[in-house]
Amino acid sequence: MSSFTDIFRQYDWQEVSQSILNKTRKDVEHALNAGSGSLEDFKALISPAAAPYLEQMAQISQQLTRKRFGKVIQMYVPMYLSNECNNICTYCGFSYDNKVRRKTLSSIEIMEEVAAIKGMGYDHVLLVTGEANQSVHTDYFKKTLDLIKPHFAHISMEVQPLDLEDYQELTPYGLNTVLVYQETYHEEDYKKHHPKGKKSNFQYRLETPDRLGQAGIHKMGLGVLIGLEDWRTDSFFTALHLSYLEKRYWQSKYSISFPRLRPFSGGLEPKVVMNDRELVQLICAYRIFNQEIELSISTRESVSFRNNIIKLGITSISAGSKTNPGGYAVEPQSLEQFEISDERSAAEIAQMISAQGYEPVWKDWDLSLTKV
Amino acid sequence: MLKIADKTFHSRLFTGTGKFSSSVEMEAALVASASELVTVALKRVELKNDDDDILLKLKHPHISLLPNTSGVRNAKEAVFAAQMAREALETNWIKLEIHPDPKYLMPDPIETLLATEELAKLGFVVLPYIHADPVLCKRLEDVGTSAVMPLGSPIGSNKGLKTIDFLGIIISQSNVPVIIDAGIGSPSDAAWAMEIGADAVLVNTAIAIAGDPVKMAKAFKIAVEAGRMAFEARLGAVHAEAVASSPLTSFLDEQIY
Repeated sequence: MSSFTDIFRQYDWQEVSQSILNKTRKDVEHALNAGSGSLEDFKALISPAAAPYLEQMAQISQQLTRKRFGKVIQMYVPMYLSNECNNICTYCGFSYDNKVRRKTLSSIEIMEEVAAIKGMGYDHVLLVTGEANQSVHTDYFKKTLDLIKPHFAHISMEVQPLDLEDYQELTPYGLNTVLVYQETYHEEDYKKHHPKGKKSNFQYRLETPDRLGQAGIHKMGLGVLIGLEDWRTDSFFTALHLSYLEKRYWQSKYSISFPRLRPFSGGLEPKVVMNDRELVQLICAYRIFNQEIELSISTRESVSFRNNIIKLGITSISAGSKTNPGGYAVEPQSLEQFEISDERSAAEIAQMISAQGYEPVWKDWDLSLTKV
Repeated sequence: MLKIADKTFHSRLFTGTGKFSSSVEMEAALVASASELVTVALKRVELKNDDDDILLKLKHPHISLLPNTSGVRNAKEAVFAAQMAREALETNWIKLEIHPDPKYLMPDPIETLLATEELAKLGFVVLPYIHADPVLCKRLEDVGTSAVMPLGSPIGSNKGLKTIDFLGIIISQSNVPVIIDAGIGSPSDAAWAMEIGADAVLVNTAIAIAGDPVKMAKAFKIAVEAGRMAFEARLGAVHAEAVASSPLTSFLDEQIY
């Protein structure tokens, strides 16, 4: 069966990079007026030539987002189940070669965390792990889903890429959404950043969304880790991937995240720094490119940035997040995957959203809709 | 007055609960619209508890709830969701929304027909959201639908009545109420739908994301009333002038025999 790899192999990183840099103001103006959603228009919108058009892009993005999603922001929170990991990733606090105490939550601990998260008001949880296939595997996920299913309306996962059969097995347990970020579409650099472990297999990761689509997953999240490589070129490949997936797996929903590399103890310095103006440009470019895509922002971003981004195109936000297993109740002091930047509580973020004339939405799914 | 199944409605403006900036604003707008049938997505409300914010705000004696199945992808899921709704919200009315395509939210005609048949047998009052397909409307009538809800343009698009010609065909041959759902972007669109003989319209996005949703709700209320009044006053008279000129046959009157 064909996959995204067939499309991906038709592109050359350098050529794409150069073609984005070659975009002119005329190309940007065409993209703003055409509303065609073509990949060439997207290139123009993320190009340096679009920088002077930022305010105009933001206004269009705000209008399109309101029309499609309304004046609402979806609330979700991550729950880290495990920091065990057999991969070496140069940018990650959970990397195998990092000397931190490893922990995988037991059933009792999971329920303690669930109680704390429910106390914050959440109905949508994102389960996060490293990649430790001996202990954190499909059976562990099934057990966890069974445990937490009665307590959440919407369950998402951001764990190691799995086989098609695993996704097929997990969906009836209440799995709705899977996030799998390519980290970078620069194949050579991908190998430098992932020298050891199953994650070093670029193609297996690249084809994960295909497997998710084949398994009929309701929603999948794409993205790259901004800072590893040139964000413009990486974002083009993300958009290319998205366009391919939307046409092929037309029954799935899609979301995009924009994680910028954050410091952690002993961590990697970003190769390319993306400033706030550029992140706003990217968010607005995605919205103009694709009016239906969900755009998500995490606690990696600063207080003032998050306050101001609410109205510009974002559709979901996390708050009060902990990035360590047991971080909410069991072991609040253990080492985090990365330092969060916005430490405000879920209630404070909800209040900030309301103050801007938007409604924080805690529930927008029901497991009963899929007969789970 | 409009009658659907066992209920009669003074207002021919049906509304929805999505996209508002707060539940307080939603309540104010819906009250201003005088709407008596309000659709609510099952996925957005807390069915287990009776303190759901949206549901509490809809507790007005003149408002009936119309739960919708938005989010389901096939007939089986839709039937299950409808049963859930009946149990939790104590209504056998269901707005059937089966749009497996999450991008344009286009309704699936095949699954919708299957689900309507099944739900009608189970005693539901089914209002299916469909494309403006006249044949599908007749097929839905055959399996016991209580109304049809053809789209004017894609949900939330505010693009107006792009399907106007097909809506005309549907209205002309329907034995059940025709409610134009989706795409109505302005009061003039709503008035137009009513002028051509729609029994009601359903408006959500255009009210919810307006600069002043309460004022916009009132504007829609007036537009729907005006459109209905125009329909009852028989707009058709407009055509008479054009017909009267008879450029091809007037020579017959001039001939002297």
